[in-house]
Amino acid sequence: MGLDSALHEIRHLDDLSSKDTPTHRLDARAKVLVTLFYLVSMLSLGRYEVSALLPFAAFPLLLAVQGEVPLALLLRRAALALPFVIFVGIFNPLIDRAVHFHVGPLAITGGMLSFASIVLRSLLAVTTGLALVAVTGFDQICRALGRLGMPTTLLVQLQFLYRYLFVLADEALRMLHARVQRCAKNNHPTLREYRTLLGSLLLRTLDRAGRVHQAMLCRGFDGQMPDLRPTTTFGPAEWRFCAIWGLFLIAVRILNIPQHLGNLPLYLGGKAGGLFP
Amino acid sequence: MSHHIVELKGLSFRYPDGTPALDSIDLTIHHGESVGLVGANGAGKSTLLQHLCGVHVPQAGRVRVGDVPVLPSTLGEVRRTVGLVFQDPDDQLFMPTVAEDVAFGPLNIGLPPEEAAQRVDEALAQVDALHLKHRPPHRLSGGEKRAVAIATVLACLPDIMVMDEPSANLDPHSRRLLINLLRSFHHTKILATHDLDMVLDLCERTVVMHKGRIMADGPTGELFSDIELLTACALEPPLRMQGCPLCGAGKEVVSELTVPSASG
Ligand SMILES: Nc1ncnc2c1ncn2[C@@H]1O[C@H](COP(=O)(O)OP(=O)(O)O)[C@@H](O)[C@H]1O
Ligand SMILES: [Mg+2]
Repeated sequence: MGLDSALHEIRHLDDLSSKDTPTHRLDARAKVLVTLFYLVSMLSLGRYEVSALLPFAAFPLLLAVQGEVPLALLLRRAALALPFVIFVGIFNPLIDRAVHFHVGPLAITGGMLSFASIVLRSLLAVTTGLALVAVTGFDQICRALGRLGMPTTLLVQLQFLYRYLFVLADEALRMLHARVQRCAKNNHPTLREYRTLLGSLLLRTLDRAGRVHQAMLCRGFDGQMPDLRPTTTFGPAEWRFCAIWGLFLIAVRILNIPQHLGNLPLYLGGKAGGLFP
Repeated sequence: MSHHIVELKGLSFRYPDGTPALDSIDLTIHHGESVGLVGANGAGKSTLLQHLCGVHVPQAGRVRVGDVPVLPSTLGEVRRTVGLVFQDPDDQLFMPTVAEDVAFGPLNIGLPPEEAAQRVDEALAQVDALHLKHRPPHRLSGGEKRAVAIATVLACLPDIMVMDEPSANLDPHSRRLLINLLRSFHHTKILATHDLDMVLDLCERTVVMHKGRIMADGPTGELFSDIELLTACALEPPLRMQGCPLCGAGKEVVSELTVPSASG
């Protein structure tokens, strides 16, 4: 996966945010708040939890389905993060060999559990982030963060980062291509070449920043980004969205539902079996 | 309103690194004129244009726009009179959507949102880009970006449109659309370019620059048939005036030149 196709994928995802479904129409603050609460409650689960994570998949999946985001597309994007995640967790099974339980002849160690937990968590977090972008749009998310109290300077920077990421990446790609064309062998750039490349990219960025600033001044910029879009309000639909997902997240955070389901025969049979055997 | 809408007197400019860019420029442009500013790369065209909207403040000499001298204290006023279309539309389009970008200027001068929204629609309609309204600028084609960049300036209702290489990076079709579009504007226009064919289409008057100096200033057709002058300034006559090598036609274009004088 090259830089250009990765960028293309992000653009495509942002395109989906121009759809018009009830989920898209929700005030972005509601979606951002629930997403933040989702990340906190999911990421704060214990490091060996695997089954408790499963119900958390409901939020991104339902968000995507209601926002008419093709699930296959969403999961494919999320899978892009997999190599990084696996790299982060790969050593866990080697380090933590304490056996937690057996599945048939197979001994499940703490390392295996925490590895699975890391991979699952990361995938959930990435999928949720992508689903949020697809049903809200990057600039609406920025705007919601602003209305939720994020400082303007930070926000303007975030918007500009997103706007010029593409321009910058295009410039980097052009420079890489130009380099490849002049290389006899198609070898990878050396560390030193990367350094020069980054250096000139930085200079070009500074130049560009100067010109953009001039263009803004020419049209009367005075430090405040004006905002034309109609402001959505936090109405009943938003409260309902927050309440339903809030309660759901609290429930799945406190109760390990899959484990309860697994224990159901025990409860029904009346045999003694604690909540967490 | 003064009759001389733009006046440069003895303007010289040197970049901070010491590069001389402008050398005692004297230039007067009248209300309603359409002027081509031509010259090879590095002639100083961009630097000159940037003095007209206060990106640079004169180091030596003076610049006056309308009745207002260009000084650090008058930049606000000057920028409301002069609209500069930058060479690279990516520098000019920085908001998340086209509509917001076009609204940027009107909102900054304090128009209420409804009025700004109306200006956006008008400006986009003028450049035939209303259908791009909700698109993010980074997803547009080169020609579309250029059209929207022009709309961002139109929405500020400037008296003077100043454009830096407007036809650069455009394919022939987009270029032709641009020329037709620019012809429909009744603003005072200053086009910096080395696209001499476009100047031939749009400007009755041409100013030739070379190495920071003005080498010639006069009727477009006349200057463009002065091969010596053009060669000395590292320029070539427009293709349309170079004539067909087989039949020798083309020279007469000059005499046929009837550039409609702009209404003031
Ligand atoms: N930011 C800058 N710093 C230093 N020198 C510059 C800068 N921009 C332009 N120049 C120099 O100033 C001269 C005039 O440049 P410019 O006005 O951009 O020419 P043109 O637009 O006609 O191609 C050139 O010699 C160029 O190298
Ligand atoms: Mg230039």
